[in-house]
Amino acid sequence: MKKDKWGYGIHPDRQIDLDNANLSLLELVRQSEPSYNLCIACGSCAATCTAGNLTTISLRRINIYLQRGMIKELREEIRRCMLCGKCYLACPRGVNTRHVIIAIHEALKATGYEEL
Amino acid sequence: MRQVVIIGGGVAGLEAAGFLGKMGHQVVLLEKEKAVGGHVGKWDRLFPNRRQGSEVMDFIRKKMDEKVSIITEAGIKSIDTSPDGYAVVLTNGEAIRADAILLATGFELFDARKKEEYGYGIYDNVITSADLERIFREEGKITTADGQAPQKVAFVHCVGSRDEKAGNVYCSKVCCVTGVKQAIEVKEMMPAAKVYSFYMDIRMFDRHFEELYIEAQQQGITFIRGRLSEVYEDQGKVQCKVEDTLTGKPMKVTVDLLVLLVGFMPSPETKRLAGMLKINIGSDGFVLPIDGHISQNETGVPGIFLAGAVTGPKCIATTLSDARSAALQIDQYLKTK
Repeated sequence: MKKDKWGYGIHPDRQIDLDNANLSLLELVRQSEPSYNLCIACGSCAATCTAGNLTTISLRRINIYLQRGMIKELREEIRRCMLCGKCYLACPRGVNTRHVIIAIHEALKATGYEEL
Repeated sequence: MRQVVIIGGGVAGLEAAGFLGKMGHQVVLLEKEKAVGGHVGKWDRLFPNRRQGSEVMDFIRKKMDEKVSIITEAGIKSIDTSPDGYAVVLTNGEAIRADAILLATGFELFDARKKEEYGYGIYDNVITSADLERIFREEGKITTADGQAPQKVAFVHCVGSRDEKAGNVYCSKVCCVTGVKQAIEVKEMMPAAKVYSFYMDIRMFDRHFEELYIEAQQQGITFIRGRLSEVYEDQGKVQCKVEDTLTGKPMKVTVDLLVLLVGFMPSPETKRLAGMLKINIGSDGFVLPIDGHISQNETGVPGIFLAGAVTGPKCIATTLSDARSAALQIDQYLKTK
């Protein structure tokens, strides 16, 4: 067993392995929408989100999934966004959150992960 | 002429010395090290605008005139009361008359070896923020222990601060902004390097600090919210274990160089002198002024004043203001004495 896996069992663990995380989508989103970098994970976007009142969508969580390469979770959650743009009005850092969502969709398409 | 003895030749003591000299008082400044300048004298560039620390030192030094005499490598044996004030007795037997004493004994950096789980002094590629400043100043390039340019560098916030098990309940204030400054500097020196920051909160409390944080975000520095639990080094690579508290999952990151942002500790000399002078020390080890809001420079003991980090962690700008405030209060005291 490889030493860097910290594993003691045959089941995949919960650990985020940032060394091997798939950050290809993150790079695409950063290039497409540079304001994305300014997120401070305050949760204003998620608090104001209409869809978030009715489903389990949180843009704050979507952002962190993107930064940690958690593409499966990202893809699942982003579907619930209605692109209304309320989050953009709420963001104190001026992140173009609506465009971040669009950029994530585009990145999913460009990398082929949309179909997985 | 009235004579003031200042104990401590860091920025607080030096700035107060310059002002008291200009106010017409005789000043004797005692420094335990071979040279004055304290911590700032050992720092490379300063937050938030990354000017050279030496520029600030030059500004302070320029103000000092012939009224200020500096004694380096000065050890204090005792401080005795005399009918008209105090006599500061040095270890060489010399006694210096003092109408007032300014305690500017500052701080020392937290000894990172006490956080054994971070491996400072054990692993080759774990350094402190002070080590990194020395590298910036003296070497001009960053390398790992085997001489390679690091491709991944991580900063650890709150090393020895906000840590009751390390004996320090308090926030050291300056480490967050120092870490962000240093992360930007590392990124500028090595644009291809990945730079991480492990933080609990990013406390950008002062003017222009938040802007520096935004600059770091724009440079692509990865901020990971979680207190680093432990590291281990294998073949020169430092593996970091942390909870990524924003996803609620454990996380593993391997880096080539780990920088520990060490906090403030009250200097041992402060404790010793406070005992001699019968002034109060708080549970955090720093000296208690008589009132934290309105009398930061006064001890309650006539003629004994405070300036700088002797009363707790402070950044340079605050320390300089505090030193000027202390000089003014000493001047008032001497005029009415």
